[in-house]
Amino acid sequence: MSAVDNRERAKKAQNKLSAIGPDIDLNTYSAQAKEHGKVQKLKELSDEVKEKSISVGIDAEEACRSGSFFQMDHSVLFSSACQSGLEVMSSTEALEKYDWLSDYWWKAVKVDTDKYTAAAELHQNHGYFLRALPGAKVEFPLQACLYMTREGLAQKVHNIIIAEEGSELHIITGCTTAPAVRTGLHIGISEFYIKKNAHVTFTMIHNWAENVEVRPRTGAIIEENGVFLSNYVCMKPVKTLQMYPTAYCVGENATVRFNTILSAVEGSHMDVGSRVFLSAKGSRAELAARAITRGGDIVTRGHLIGEVPGIKAHLECRGLILSEKGSIHAIPELEGKVNNIDMSHEAAVGKIAEEEIQYLMARGLNNEEATSAIIRGFLDVEIKGLPEHLKREIKKAVETGEREERLM
Amino acid sequence: MIEVKNLTVSIEDKLVLKDVNLHIKQGETIILFGPNGSGKTSLLKTIIGIPGYRIESGRIFFNNMDITELAMDKRAKLGIGIAFQRPPAVRGVKLRDILRICIEKRGYFNEENLNELANKLNLLNFLERDINLGFSGGEIKRSELLQLLAQDPSFIMLDEPDSGVDLVNINLVGKVINELLEREKMASRRKKAGLIITHAGYILDYVNADRGYVMMNGTISCSGNPRDLLEDIRTEGFEGCVTCPR
Ligand SMILES: Nc1ncnc2c1ncn2[C@@H]1O[C@H](COP(=O)(O)OP(=O)(O)OP(=O)(O)O)[C@@H](O)[C@H]1O
Ligand SMILES: [Mg+2]
Repeated sequence: MSAVDNRERAKKAQNKLSAIGPDIDLNTYSAQAKEHGKVQKLKELSDEVKEKSISVGIDAEEACRSGSFFQMDHSVLFSSACQSGLEVMSSTEALEKYDWLSDYWWKAVKVDTDKYTAAAELHQNHGYFLRALPGAKVEFPLQACLYMTREGLAQKVHNIIIAEEGSELHIITGCTTAPAVRTGLHIGISEFYIKKNAHVTFTMIHNWAENVEVRPRTGAIIEENGVFLSNYVCMKPVKTLQMYPTAYCVGENATVRFNTILSAVEGSHMDVGSRVFLSAKGSRAELAARAITRGGDIVTRGHLIGEVPGIKAHLECRGLILSEKGSIHAIPELEGKVNNIDMSHEAAVGKIAEEEIQYLMARGLNNEEATSAIIRGFLDVEIKGLPEHLKREIKKAVETGEREERLM
Repeated sequence: MIEVKNLTVSIEDKLVLKDVNLHIKQGETIILFGPNGSGKTSLLKTIIGIPGYRIESGRIFFNNMDITELAMDKRAKLGIGIAFQRPPAVRGVKLRDILRICIEKRGYFNEENLNELANKLNLLNFLERDINLGFSGGEIKRSELLQLLAQDPSFIMLDEPDSGVDLVNINLVGKVINELLEREKMASRRKKAGLIITHAGYILDYVNADRGYVMMNGTISCSGNPRDLLEDIRTEGFEGCVTCPR
């Protein structure tokens, strides 16, 4: 499909409602932001920016990172790869540089999915392009930060991630707002292409503000023996967050894992799912979600579609309701289209069992300590195949998020 | 060390303990027998202070301090420990986590010390598992004892520590219980006291307990030498206890 076709289709979809989630009036958000100057090193960023970035796993020291990308509002402040075999740049720059990139543009996510994908096509504000060349293996993660500083701004980014054959890529993406920002809209398109024998881990940490609306649109195409491991953490307030990242296992033995960790306070509405099409022999999928509410409303979805024999997939969703207000709605879906497939799910929603708290109290923990030990354990999803420092980033984001919400 | 006076307890409007009196001195270990549903576990849970076991009348004293109204964690801190008959699984909390917390609460924590305790109960491979989740019956009994080792309480209540434990492990369990209760020391040197519930009495082969009691229908109906009591129950069942002159 040509660039012209994409625009045409986007124009037609400009008012197309999203299949799920509350509708957003895009006109209430401003498209304009002043340009921010580039930096030579992330260290040059202000302390305020650095501090906020740390909360979403972005290290301004760039220690233990194989590359970095930093976008503030509509300006790309920094992009650099510090390992051969890696490419890091803004997606607009990449589009100019590589003719072939049009073969990847809107191929894992449809441009006319809804008004948000349409808006990202028609009014794109950069986004990142990350690529690992064939056989390249990164030891340290690439980091990408999307930062919003202007009150009421709409930021629409389009990210492309390509892991060429036999490569290995670890990515951490942090999305956040400046401390003063209360209101905004973030639309993030992310398209992942995981080629034969490639291995990608993607960890995304969100830290928004109580009046920010967020609509990520993510697709991943995984070829033969490819592995895609995606972790998503949102422990902070947000007005509405709706996303349903979808992975397509198109090559034999393609493997996908989605881990999702959510915590919602009063006023936050989160509707987060993950969906996997298992369309090639031997493909595997595991979806795990943990949701806690302290007054907010969470819908947690999972959808597995088994299209060929010999696939295996499991979906697990657990929710904890910690206050009188708030709700958790778990919607697991299994769709088998042939026989000889193995798909299962388990879901549980409720409060912490009194008996478990009492048990720990009998060992000398007070009520508060017992409760937080159980919540910490609940949120501690076993994440296989992730480098240690990324596990630590997730743990940090979850534990600080948990602590702060508890004290609120 | 522990004194229960005229204790009457109900759960959800059902009387489970009726006017129970019990006194266990420092250095002593007593055995509690009794048929299923007679109230043995209820007595232990009331002593540790589990909410829901409503005290209708009576008092509980620990080292002469009235603990009848005290919160559970405070009782644990004073030095009351319990190995539950059927503890819940705590998903997400690792056995290692709870042991660390127990040891830290006593003071200086060191990892080696923790591993050593786990090794003693053959549970080194269980440290990274969620507490009791998927543990077998016998593994649960050992995990409970391990937690008590980490806690090191002075009054130790063991609810059927020998039920479902195989012949090899009962040896281990017996040894650890003796260690917890300082049974190898002279009675006057012991700082510990114990209350052990058993049905089959296997534990008596290892722990040389001081006295035995039989609980019937929420009341303690007789007392005596634990081995003699066990023998009587074996031969005559619990009927004999109802009319027991002891
Ligand atoms: N939460 C509860 N709600 C209602 N009844 C209860 C509850 N807990 C205990 N009971 C009842 O109290 C009585 C005493 O129970 P308890 O567990 O103390 O017996 P036990 O002597 O330990 O028996 P066992 O030898 O079978 O372990 C039983 O009839 C039991 O059904
Ligand atoms: Mg019992």
